[in-house]
Amino acid sequence: MSKRRIRVLIAKPGLDGHDRGAKVVARALRDAGMEVIYTGIRQTPEMIAEAALQEDVDVVGLSILSGAHMALCPRVVELLRQQGMGDVPVLVGGIIPDEDVPALRAAGIRGIFGPGTNTQDIVAFIRRELALQEPEAGER
Amino acid sequence: MELVKKLLAGDRRALAHTISLVEDDGPEAHAALAALYPHTGRAHVIGITGAPGTGKSTLVNALARLYRRRQLTVGIVAVDPTSPFSGGALLGDRIRMRDLAGDAGVFIRSMATRGSLGGLAQATGDVILVLDAAGFQRVLVETVGVGQAEVEIASSAHTVVVVTAPGLGDEVQAIKAGVMEIADIFAVNKADREGAEHTVMAIQMMQGLAPQAMVPGSRADDGWEPPILKTVATRGQGVAELLEAIEAHAAYLHESHLFERRERARVLGELEAILQAELLARLRARLPEERLETLVEQVLARRLDPYTAVAQLLESGGSL
Ligand SMILES: Nc1nc2c(ncn2[C@@H]2O[C@H](COP(=O)(O)OP(=O)(O)OP(=O)(O)O)[C@@H](O)[C@H]2O)c(=O)[nH]1
Ligand SMILES: [Mg+2]
Repeated sequence: MSKRRIRVLIAKPGLDGHDRGAKVVARALRDAGMEVIYTGIRQTPEMIAEAALQEDVDVVGLSILSGAHMALCPRVVELLRQQGMGDVPVLVGGIIPDEDVPALRAAGIRGIFGPGTNTQDIVAFIRRELALQEPEAGER
Repeated sequence: MELVKKLLAGDRRALAHTISLVEDDGPEAHAALAALYPHTGRAHVIGITGAPGTGKSTLVNALARLYRRRQLTVGIVAVDPTSPFSGGALLGDRIRMRDLAGDAGVFIRSMATRGSLGGLAQATGDVILVLDAAGFQRVLVETVGVGQAEVEIASSAHTVVVVTAPGLGDEVQAIKAGVMEIADIFAVNKADREGAEHTVMAIQMMQGLAPQAMVPGSRADDGWEPPILKTVATRGQGVAELLEAIEAHAAYLHESHLFERRERARVLGELEAILQAELLARLRARLPEERLETLVEQVLARRLDPYTAVAQLLESGGSL
C-alpha cells in the first residue's frame, strides 16, 4: 500500500523579506493534506532547484513581491529542466503585472496567482496539474 | 535495480527518488532496501532531539558545516509532525539550514511523521539506511520537538544529543525523564541567554537523581557520562566542542564494544517487529473477516475471554 502524498516546495526568492503570503499559502496546502517544505526568504534560484531535487517535490511554488519575477521565475524553470525535473509544475504568487503574464507562461510558469487569490484555487490548481500528469494522481 | 545502481554511482536525483520510495513504502521499496543493505553500516548516525524551538535545526546546520570543514560528508533527515486533522504537514527545518546550500557533500531531506508518535516517522530508519548506502559519513537526524515519550531516536541513532535551552520555564518540564535517559550528550543551546548556567545545574541535578528505569534505548548501563555542553548555535559557539564530544562518544562505543552490542539488540528488535507485522498480515489474509468479528462479539458478550479467542484464531489459521 503506497502512502504517497503530494509534496510541495514553497520558496521565496528575491531580496524582500515579507513572507506572510507564502506562509498563508503553505498552511492552506498543509490543511489540504499536502506535505509542504517551506524554505524561507531570500532563496536564490539555485537554492530552490537544489531543495526541489533533494525533497523530490511534485510542485514548486514561488512567492515574489519584489518585482524581480521576470529574472527569477524563468531561471528556476530552467534549472529544474537541467536537472531532469522539467515536468514539475512551477507556480508563482505575488504582484505580477498583467503585461508580464504571457512572457512568464512562455517561460514555462504553469500558474500565476495575484495578491487576492483564494488559497483554495491554488489547492485545486495543484491537484489538477498533477492529475493531468498521471491519471491515478487523484488517489494520492 | 536501475535506480539503486544510479544512487550508488552518486546520482542525487536517484537518491531523492529512492528516499521517496522507502518513505511511501511503495511496491519496490523492499527490493531497493535489499539491494542497498550490503552498502550500509558505515555512517555514524547522530540524533538531535529536544523541546520545540530549542535550536535543533540551527545546531544541525552548524554541526554539518563543521563536519564539512573536516572533509566529512553529511546526510540530514529533519522530521516534523503531520497534522492529525488534514494529514498534511509543514516542514520548516530547512529554513535554518541555508548555509549548507550548494554543497554536494550535503543532502537534506525533510520528513513528516505521517501518524507516527515516537518523534520520528515510521520510515525514518529506512531513510537513514539509504543515506548511509549513498556514502554519507555522518547522518544527522532532527526529531520533532519532543515532550517526553518520543524517544524512538534512541534506537535509530548511535549518538543522541538532547538539546535544551534556558528560559523554557520550568527546567524539569523542559527535560522530561524519558528524554533524560536517552541522552549521550546534553547541549544547552542559546547559552547567550540568561539562565544557561541554571539549566546546566538542573541537568546535573537530574543526572544525579536519574531513575534507572528501563526506557527503550536507555543508556543507563553503558558507563558513559553524558557531558553537558553550552552552545550558541546561531554564532557557532561551542559547536566544535559538541562535535568533539560526538566523535568521542562514537570512539567510546567502538572501544567498549557497546557498538556491536547495541547493533545486535537493534537488529533483533527490528526482526521481531517485522516478523510480528508479517505474521499478523498473513493471518489476516487467511481468515475470513467475519471470523474475527464473531470472536469480538463473543468476547464482548463474555462468552469467551480474549486469550481463548486468540488461541482459537491461531488454530483455525493453520500453519503460517
Ligand atoms: N539567542 C539564540 N537564539 C537561537 C540560538 N539557536 C537558535 N536560536 C533561534 O531559536 C529559534 C528556533 O531555532 P530552530 O533551530 O528552528 O529550533 P528547532 O529546535 O529546530 O525548532 P523546531 O524544529 O520547531 O522544534 C530561531 O529563531 C533561531 O534563530 C542560540 O544559540 N541563541
Ligand atoms: Mg527544527
